Amino acid sequence: MTALLEVEALGVRFGGLQALSDVSLAAEPGEVIGLIGPNGAGKTTFINAVSGAVAYRGRVRFAGRSITGLKPFQIARLRLARTYQIVQPFPALSVLDNVAAGALFARAEPSLAGARAWAGTVLARVGLEAEAGRPAAQLTLAQRKRLEVAKALAARPRMLLLDEVNAGLNASEVEGALTLIRGIAAEGVTVLLVEHLMRVVSGVCSRVVVLHQGRLIADGPPAGVLADPAVVEAYLGTRYAERSRA
Amino acid sequence: MKVAALFAASILAALVLAQVGGPYALRLGMTLAMDITLATSWNLVGGMAGYPSFATAAFFGVGAYAGALAQGAGWPLPLAWAAGGLAAGGVALAVGWVVLPLRGHYFAIASLAVVIVLRQLATNWTGLTGGGMGLNLPVMASSPEHQALVFYAGQAAVALLAVAVAAGVAAGRLGFALRCIKQNETAAGMLGLDSRRAKVAAFTLSATLVGPAGAIYASSVSYIEPGDVFDLVLTVEPIIMAMLGGVGTVAGPVLGAALFLVLEQTVWANFLSVHAAVLGAVVVTLAILLPDGVLGRLRRGRA
Repeated sequence: MTALLEVEALGVRFGGLQALSDVSLAAEPGEVIGLIGPNGAGKTTFINAVSGAVAYRGRVRFAGRSITGLKPFQIARLRLARTYQIVQPFPALSVLDNVAAGALFARAEPSLAGARAWAGTVLARVGLEAEAGRPAAQLTLAQRKRLEVAKALAARPRMLLLDEVNAGLNASEVEGALTLIRGIAAEGVTVLLVEHLMRVVSGVCSRVVVLHQGRLIADGPPAGVLADPAVVEAYLGTRYAERSRA
Repeated sequence: MKVAALFAASILAALVLAQVGGPYALRLGMTLAMDITLATSWNLVGGMAGYPSFATAAFFGVGAYAGALAQGAGWPLPLAWAAGGLAAGGVALAVGWVVLPLRGHYFAIASLAVVIVLRQLATNWTGLTGGGMGLNLPVMASSPEHQALVFYAGQAAVALLAVAVAAGVAAGRLGFALRCIKQNETAAGMLGLDSRRAKVAAFTLSATLVGPAGAIYASSVSYIEPGDVFDLVLTVEPIIMAMLGGVGTVAGPVLGAALFLVLEQTVWANFLSVHAAVLGAVVVTLAILLPDGVLGRLRRGRA
């Protein structure tokens, strides 16, 4: 089986800060990968690089072709969709049109009417159908997070990069999000999700990769990675790690 | 449906004016039609996409010179006017590709520079444009009344075309893309929109409509010079009109152009020596009282 997404020796530098160095990662079709790491580890930068929003060193291939140097819109049209941690709606547009934009711009639907019809289906799927006619600016945070996912799903993606879609949600909202992510994965969409909630990571991910200070320090099944001393140390500090070893 | 009815009514009104209007009415109708074209065209870029363009005068000037040169070469009027549109559209395509990646104030300044550069070019390219001496257009053989009618009909046709194009854009994919660009261009790109292409398309379309208005203006005054057709007033007034009526809507610029004309004529008649100052004060007052334009005010009142 060939990988859907292949990242090779990825490096990103912001002035004097090396945000990512030498990160290599391959995602097989159908995998659900959790990308975790402390604040500032480079998780969002990784997503920004892969989706073409920041310049980087190294090579990225998607669906058998190089996407290094492509613009974000070109990458989106290859059906590699992403969401933003800080939600990015079109505030004055209706919720339906926000989602239709995802379908239309990625060329998942050729016409505006077709995009709106498909957007209705996607909204029902994420449970926002009752809000379809309202301006996106009026949604609650939890609804805006779901709107982000709906916009990405409207593109009929082959792979989805989800950047903290569950941050700031309450327990029952997280439960709903888990069901949604499982459903997406069950359709064969490859998912890479940046996540802080361990319940989500261990609940849906088949594999976990850990970033720490811009480097990839662990990669494997959730149980093994979360028990890895290096990961515990990165998250909770040296002293906690020493105490738990003792 | 409502739009189609309004449109049909406008055509009827334009035809009635052509039949019964005297020279003053025709002249006023011609000015109104030209203003509607300029405001509607600006609105495609400035209103729908939220890109504050100051380039209207540049396309008006290019259209005027291209039309004048074509007419001088013996082309029939409609063809010369169409040439004005194509020339302005061509310039917009090339210039837009370069300046439209700029956002916000940077784009505004760059678009303003386009006017200044083209005015300099027209002033110094003496062999083509006559430079500062200006350019005389061929004298038409027909009566002044007939000429007034022809120029009125030309401007009215361009205005109707501009409004029809704006309505088509607003209802279609391009208008949808422009609204998304206005609200969050980065997010639109991340969803797969080639925003540069959409912006250049709108810019080019806008200029292609402004060009004929410039060309018809040139025919109607039969003498043009750089300071006249690359006049920054032609850049500023359409923006005021669109804002008065309602930015980003199809009907707003039309309404705003009409309102502006009424204001201008009233002020002109009553404050001849200080008309510009009074008109300015009125515009500022309206901008403060009606930030979303007349149309925005009406819509909010209904909601």
